[in-house]
Amino acid sequence: MALIVGAVQEQSNGRRPATATDLGRDTPLLGREGVLDSLGLVSLVVALEQTVEDTYGVSVSLADERALSERHSPFRTIGTLADYAGRLIEGARARG
Amino acid sequence: MDDAVTLITGTRKGIGRALAEHYVRAGHRVIGCSRGDIDWTLEGYTHYRADVADEPAVKDLFTDIRRKYGRLDHLINNAGIASMNHSLLTPLSTVQSVLNTNVVGTFLFSREAAKLMAKNGYGRIVNLTTVALALRLDGEAIYVASKAAVLALTQVLARELASMGITVNAIGPVPIETDLIRSVPKDKIERLVQQQAIPRLGTCDDVANVIDFYLRRESGFITGQHLVLGGL
Repeated sequence: MALIVGAVQEQSNGRRPATATDLGRDTPLLGREGVLDSLGLVSLVVALEQTVEDTYGVSVSLADERALSERHSPFRTIGTLADYAGRLIEGARARG
Repeated sequence: MDDAVTLITGTRKGIGRALAEHYVRAGHRVIGCSRGDIDWTLEGYTHYRADVADEPAVKDLFTDIRRKYGRLDHLINNAGIASMNHSLLTPLSTVQSVLNTNVVGTFLFSREAAKLMAKNGYGRIVNLTTVALALRLDGEAIYVASKAAVLALTQVLARELASMGITVNAIGPVPIETDLIRSVPKDKIERLVQQQAIPRLGTCDDVANVIDFYLRRESGFITGQHLVLGGL
Protein backbone atom coordinates (compact mmCIF):
# COMPACT_ATOMS: atom_id res chain seq x y z
CA MET A 1 0.00 0.00 0.00
CA ALA A 2 2.78 2.46 0.95
CA LEU A 3 4.64 1.57 -2.24
CA ILE A 4 1.58 2.39 -4.29
CA VAL A 5 0.87 5.65 -2.49
CA GLY A 6 4.46 6.74 -3.12
CA ALA A 7 4.31 5.77 -6.78
CA VAL A 8 0.93 7.48 -7.28
CA GLN A 9 2.29 10.65 -5.69
CA GLU A 10 5.18 10.63 -8.11
CA GLN A 11 2.96 10.13 -11.14
CA SER A 12 0.13 12.48 -10.25
CA ASN A 13 2.19 15.62 -10.83
CA GLY A 14 0.07 18.38 -12.26
CA ARG A 15 -3.14 16.37 -12.36
CA ARG A 16 -4.32 17.14 -8.85
CA PRO A 17 -2.31 18.13 -5.81
CA ALA A 18 -1.81 14.99 -3.82
CA THR A 19 -0.06 14.51 -0.54
CA ALA A 20 0.44 11.23 1.25
CA THR A 21 -2.32 12.10 3.69
CA ASP A 22 -4.76 12.81 0.82
CA LEU A 23 -4.16 9.41 -0.66
CA GLY A 24 -5.84 6.37 0.79
CA ARG A 25 -7.41 3.06 -0.16
CA ASP A 26 -10.44 4.77 -1.67
CA THR A 27 -8.58 7.34 -3.73
CA PRO A 28 -9.75 6.90 -7.33
CA LEU A 29 -6.92 6.52 -9.82
CA LEU A 30 -8.74 7.19 -13.07
CA GLY A 31 -11.76 9.12 -14.29
CA ARG A 32 -12.95 12.63 -13.45
CA GLU A 33 -12.06 12.26 -9.78
CA GLY A 34 -8.91 10.28 -10.48
CA VAL A 35 -5.45 11.48 -9.58
CA LEU A 36 -3.90 10.14 -12.78
CA ASP A 37 -4.32 10.78 -16.48
CA SER A 38 -3.92 7.85 -18.90
CA LEU A 39 -0.20 8.46 -19.35
CA GLY A 40 0.17 8.72 -15.59
CA LEU A 41 -1.38 5.26 -15.27
CA VAL A 42 1.11 3.84 -17.79
CA SER A 43 3.98 5.39 -15.84
CA LEU A 44 2.53 4.14 -12.55
CA VAL A 45 2.31 0.55 -13.82
CA VAL A 46 5.90 0.67 -15.08
CA ALA A 47 7.21 2.21 -11.85
CA LEU A 48 5.28 -0.27 -9.69
CA GLU A 49 6.48 -3.31 -11.65
CA GLN A 50 10.08 -2.18 -11.14
CA THR A 51 9.53 -1.41 -7.45
CA VAL A 52 7.91 -4.80 -6.87
CA GLU A 53 10.85 -6.48 -8.57
CA ASP A 54 13.39 -4.54 -6.49
CA THR A 55 11.51 -4.99 -3.21
CA TYR A 56 10.20 -8.54 -3.48
CA GLY A 57 12.53 -10.04 -6.06
CA VAL A 58 9.69 -11.25 -8.27
CA SER A 59 8.66 -10.09 -11.72
CA VAL A 60 4.95 -9.34 -12.18
CA SER A 61 2.95 -7.92 -15.07
CA LEU A 62 0.31 -5.63 -13.59
CA ALA A 63 -1.33 -5.03 -16.96
CA ASP A 64 -1.69 -8.64 -18.06
CA GLU A 65 -4.74 -10.25 -19.66
CA ARG A 66 -6.21 -11.01 -16.26
CA ALA A 67 -6.16 -7.38 -15.17
CA LEU A 68 -7.61 -6.17 -18.42
CA SER A 69 -10.38 -8.75 -18.45
CA GLU A 70 -11.45 -8.51 -14.79
CA ARG A 71 -15.02 -7.29 -14.51
CA HIS A 72 -14.01 -4.67 -12.01
CA SER A 73 -10.73 -3.14 -13.10
CA PRO A 74 -7.98 -3.42 -10.48
CA PHE A 75 -6.94 0.09 -11.47
CA ARG A 76 -10.06 1.74 -9.96
CA THR A 77 -8.56 2.91 -6.69
CA ILE A 78 -5.30 2.73 -4.77
CA GLY A 79 -6.84 0.01 -2.58
CA THR A 80 -7.99 -2.21 -5.44
CA LEU A 81 -4.58 -1.87 -7.08
CA ALA A 82 -2.81 -2.69 -3.81
CA ASP A 83 -4.96 -5.84 -3.40
CA TYR A 84 -4.37 -6.88 -6.98
CA ALA A 85 -0.60 -6.31 -6.76
CA GLY A 86 -0.54 -8.25 -3.50
CA ARG A 87 -2.26 -11.23 -5.12
CA LEU A 88 0.18 -11.18 -8.03
CA ILE A 89 3.20 -11.01 -5.72
CA GLU A 90 1.89 -13.93 -3.65
CA GLY A 91 1.25 -15.92 -6.82
CA ALA A 92 4.72 -15.21 -8.18
CA ARG A 93 6.32 -16.18 -4.85
CA ALA A 94 4.32 -19.39 -4.68
CA ARG A 95 5.52 -20.34 -8.15
CA GLY A 96 9.06 -19.67 -6.92
CA MET B 1 27.01 10.48 -25.92
CA ASP B 2 30.25 8.80 -24.87
CA ASP B 3 29.02 6.34 -22.28
CA ALA B 4 25.63 5.68 -23.85
CA VAL B 5 24.10 2.28 -23.17
CA THR B 6 23.13 0.65 -26.45
CA LEU B 7 21.27 -2.64 -26.78
CA ILE B 8 21.34 -4.48 -30.11
CA THR B 9 19.45 -7.69 -30.81
CA GLY B 10 20.75 -10.41 -33.11
CA THR B 11 24.44 -9.68 -32.69
CA ARG B 12 25.83 -13.16 -33.39
CA LYS B 13 26.69 -12.26 -36.97
CA GLY B 14 25.90 -10.04 -39.95
CA ILE B 15 24.61 -6.50 -39.49
CA GLY B 16 24.07 -6.99 -35.74
CA ARG B 17 27.68 -7.90 -35.09
CA ALA B 18 28.92 -5.04 -37.29
CA LEU B 19 26.69 -2.61 -35.40
CA ALA B 20 27.94 -3.92 -32.04
CA GLU B 21 31.54 -3.32 -33.18
CA HIS B 22 30.63 0.09 -34.59
CA TYR B 23 29.05 1.34 -31.36
CA VAL B 24 31.81 -0.08 -29.17
CA ARG B 25 34.23 1.92 -31.33
CA ALA B 26 32.00 4.96 -30.79
CA GLY B 27 32.45 4.57 -27.03
CA HIS B 28 29.05 3.15 -26.17
CA ARG B 29 28.55 0.43 -23.60
CA VAL B 30 27.07 -2.16 -25.93
CA ILE B 31 24.83 -5.03 -24.90
CA GLY B 32 23.81 -7.65 -27.42
CA CYS B 33 21.86 -10.84 -27.56
CA SER B 34 21.29 -13.83 -29.76
CA ARG B 35 19.66 -17.23 -29.49
CA GLY B 36 22.98 -19.03 -29.67
CA ASP B 37 26.45 -18.48 -28.29
CA ILE B 38 28.80 -16.14 -30.13
CA ASP B 39 32.29 -17.03 -31.28
CA TRP B 40 33.74 -13.56 -30.78
CA THR B 41 34.39 -11.18 -27.89
CA LEU B 42 35.00 -7.49 -27.67
CA GLU B 43 35.94 -5.20 -24.81
CA GLY B 44 33.01 -2.94 -24.06
CA TYR B 45 30.51 -5.51 -25.32
CA THR B 46 28.35 -7.74 -23.11
CA HIS B 47 26.47 -10.66 -24.59
CA TYR B 48 23.28 -12.34 -23.43
CA ARG B 49 21.81 -15.55 -24.73
CA ALA B 50 18.11 -15.00 -25.28
CA ASP B 51 15.40 -15.72 -27.79
CA VAL B 52 13.86 -12.31 -28.54
CA ALA B 53 10.34 -13.77 -28.51
CA ASP B 54 10.71 -15.50 -25.12
CA GLU B 55 9.02 -13.06 -22.74
CA PRO B 56 10.51 -14.32 -19.44
CA ALA B 57 14.01 -14.36 -20.96
CA VAL B 58 13.54 -10.85 -22.34
CA LYS B 59 12.28 -9.57 -18.98
CA ASP B 60 15.26 -11.15 -17.21
CA LEU B 61 17.62 -9.47 -19.67
CA PHE B 62 16.09 -6.06 -18.99
CA THR B 63 16.12 -6.60 -15.22
CA ASP B 64 19.84 -7.27 -15.52
CA ILE B 65 20.38 -4.14 -17.64
CA ARG B 66 18.46 -2.05 -15.13
CA ARG B 67 20.50 -3.40 -12.23
CA LYS B 68 23.88 -3.16 -13.95
CA TYR B 69 23.53 0.07 -15.93
CA GLY B 70 20.49 1.77 -14.41
CA ARG B 71 19.45 3.04 -17.80
CA LEU B 72 19.16 2.37 -21.51
CA ASP B 73 19.68 5.02 -24.16
CA HIS B 74 19.39 3.11 -27.42
CA LEU B 75 17.71 -0.04 -28.67
CA ILE B 76 18.38 -1.41 -32.14
CA ASN B 77 15.92 -4.15 -33.03
CA ASN B 78 18.09 -5.95 -35.52
CA ALA B 79 17.28 -9.62 -34.87
CA GLY B 80 15.40 -11.01 -37.81
CA ILE B 81 14.89 -14.12 -39.83
CA ALA B 82 13.77 -14.42 -43.41
CA SER B 83 11.92 -17.08 -45.31
CA MET B 84 12.38 -17.04 -49.05
CA ASN B 85 9.70 -19.26 -50.38
CA HIS B 86 6.53 -19.10 -52.40
CA SER B 87 3.60 -18.64 -50.02
CA LEU B 88 2.04 -21.91 -51.21
CA LEU B 89 5.17 -23.72 -50.09
CA THR B 90 5.51 -22.02 -46.72
CA PRO B 91 4.68 -24.20 -43.70
CA LEU B 92 2.87 -22.72 -40.70
CA SER B 93 5.88 -23.40 -38.47
CA THR B 94 7.93 -21.05 -40.67
CA VAL B 95 5.21 -18.42 -40.53
CA GLN B 96 5.12 -18.60 -36.76
CA SER B 97 8.85 -18.51 -36.37
CA VAL B 98 9.29 -15.50 -38.68
CA LEU B 99 6.48 -13.59 -36.96
CA ASN B 100 7.81 -14.47 -33.52
CA THR B 101 11.33 -13.26 -34.12
CA ASN B 102 10.56 -10.26 -36.29
CA VAL B 103 7.31 -8.94 -34.84
CA VAL B 104 6.93 -10.34 -31.32
CA GLY B 105 10.65 -9.84 -30.64
CA THR B 106 10.59 -6.24 -31.82
CA PHE B 107 7.49 -5.57 -29.74
CA LEU B 108 8.79 -7.16 -26.54
CA PHE B 109 12.15 -5.40 -26.72
CA SER B 110 10.56 -2.06 -27.54
CA ARG B 111 8.10 -2.41 -24.67
CA GLU B 112 10.70 -3.33 -22.08
CA ALA B 113 13.22 -0.78 -23.40
CA ALA B 114 10.64 2.00 -23.29
CA LYS B 115 9.96 1.24 -19.62
CA LEU B 116 13.64 1.83 -18.85
CA MET B 117 14.01 4.81 -21.18
CA ALA B 118 10.88 6.50 -19.81
CA LYS B 119 12.55 6.80 -16.41
CA ASN B 120 15.11 9.18 -17.91
CA GLY B 121 12.69 10.80 -20.34
CA TYR B 122 15.05 9.92 -23.17
CA GLY B 123 15.51 7.08 -25.61
CA ARG B 124 16.07 6.06 -29.20
CA ILE B 125 14.57 2.93 -30.73
CA VAL B 126 15.54 1.87 -34.24
CA ASN B 127 13.84 -1.00 -36.05
CA LEU B 128 15.10 -2.79 -39.12
CA THR B 129 12.75 -3.41 -42.03
CA THR B 130 13.80 -4.41 -45.53
CA VAL B 131 13.91 -3.20 -49.08
CA ALA B 132 11.70 -6.21 -49.87
CA LEU B 133 8.87 -4.32 -48.17
CA ALA B 134 9.17 -1.32 -50.50
CA LEU B 135 9.37 -3.67 -53.50
CA ARG B 136 6.52 -6.00 -52.39
CA LEU B 137 8.99 -8.71 -53.29
CA ASP B 138 7.37 -11.96 -54.39
CA GLY B 139 8.65 -15.14 -52.81
CA GLU B 140 8.96 -13.47 -49.43
CA ALA B 141 5.33 -13.05 -48.37
CA ILE B 142 5.75 -13.79 -44.67
CA TYR B 143 9.06 -11.99 -44.33
CA VAL B 144 7.61 -8.89 -46.02
CA ALA B 145 4.39 -9.14 -43.96
CA SER B 146 6.42 -9.35 -40.75
CA LYS B 147 8.44 -6.27 -41.70
CA ALA B 148 5.23 -4.41 -42.65
CA ALA B 149 4.13 -5.11 -39.08
CA VAL B 150 7.47 -3.81 -37.79
CA LEU B 151 6.96 -0.61 -39.77
CA ALA B 152 3.42 -0.23 -38.40
CA LEU B 153 4.77 -0.79 -34.88
CA THR B 154 7.42 1.85 -35.51
CA GLN B 155 4.82 4.41 -36.51
CA VAL B 156 2.39 3.71 -33.67
CA LEU B 157 5.09 3.40 -30.98
CA ALA B 158 6.53 6.71 -32.21
CA ARG B 159 3.26 8.35 -31.20
CA GLU B 160 2.77 6.42 -27.98
CA LEU B 161 6.30 7.04 -26.71
CA ALA B 162 6.83 10.61 -27.92
CA SER B 163 5.72 12.19 -24.65
CA MET B 164 8.36 10.11 -22.84
CA GLY B 165 11.17 11.60 -24.92
CA ILE B 166 11.59 8.38 -26.92
CA THR B 167 11.86 8.37 -30.70
CA VAL B 168 11.14 5.29 -32.81
CA ASN B 169 12.37 5.06 -36.39
CA ALA B 170 13.08 2.40 -38.99
CA ILE B 171 15.66 1.70 -41.64
CA GLY B 172 15.15 -0.55 -44.65
CA PRO B 173 18.46 -1.97 -45.83
CA VAL B 174 19.05 -3.22 -49.37
CA PRO B 175 20.71 -6.63 -49.77
CA ILE B 176 23.98 -6.79 -47.85
CA GLU B 177 26.52 -9.60 -48.03
CA THR B 178 25.27 -11.49 -44.98
CA ASP B 179 24.01 -15.00 -44.27
CA LEU B 180 20.46 -13.74 -44.72
CA ILE B 181 20.85 -13.39 -48.48
CA ARG B 182 23.41 -16.14 -49.05
CA SER B 183 20.63 -18.57 -49.91
CA VAL B 184 19.03 -16.22 -52.44
CA PRO B 185 19.96 -16.93 -56.08
CA LYS B 186 22.50 -14.43 -57.45
CA ASP B 187 20.30 -13.42 -60.40
CA LYS B 188 17.45 -12.56 -58.04
CA ILE B 189 19.71 -10.31 -55.99
CA GLU B 190 20.99 -8.71 -59.21
CA ARG B 191 17.43 -7.99 -60.42
CA LEU B 192 16.60 -6.50 -57.04
CA VAL B 193 19.70 -4.29 -56.96
CA GLN B 194 18.93 -3.02 -60.47
CA GLN B 195 15.67 -1.53 -59.18
CA GLN B 196 17.58 0.78 -56.84
CA ALA B 197 18.55 4.32 -57.90
CA ILE B 198 22.08 3.38 -56.86
CA PRO B 199 22.46 -0.20 -58.09
CA ARG B 200 24.91 -1.82 -55.69
CA LEU B 201 24.81 -4.08 -52.65
CA GLY B 202 24.63 -2.26 -49.33
CA THR B 203 27.24 -2.36 -46.60
CA CYS B 204 26.96 -2.49 -42.84
CA ASP B 205 28.45 1.02 -42.80
CA ASP B 206 25.49 2.25 -44.89
CA VAL B 207 23.16 0.91 -42.20
CA ALA B 208 25.23 2.27 -39.30
CA ASN B 209 25.28 5.72 -40.91
CA VAL B 210 21.49 5.98 -40.87
CA ILE B 211 21.26 4.59 -37.35
CA ASP B 212 23.91 7.09 -36.18
CA PHE B 213 21.61 9.82 -37.46
CA TYR B 214 18.55 8.43 -35.67
CA LEU B 215 20.50 8.02 -32.41
CA ARG B 216 21.86 11.55 -32.32
CA ARG B 217 20.55 13.70 -29.49
CA GLU B 218 19.83 16.36 -32.12
CA SER B 219 17.42 13.93 -33.86
CA GLY B 220 14.87 14.31 -31.08
CA PHE B 221 12.32 15.81 -33.51
CA ILE B 222 12.55 12.86 -35.90
CA THR B 223 10.27 9.96 -35.13
CA GLY B 224 8.02 7.45 -36.92
CA GLN B 225 10.25 7.68 -39.99
CA HIS B 226 11.30 4.95 -42.40
CA LEU B 227 14.43 5.43 -44.45
CA VAL B 228 15.06 2.94 -47.25
CA LEU B 229 18.61 2.69 -48.57
CA GLY B 230 19.65 2.68 -52.21
CA GLY B 231 17.18 5.25 -53.51
CA LEU B 232 13.99 3.25 -53.60
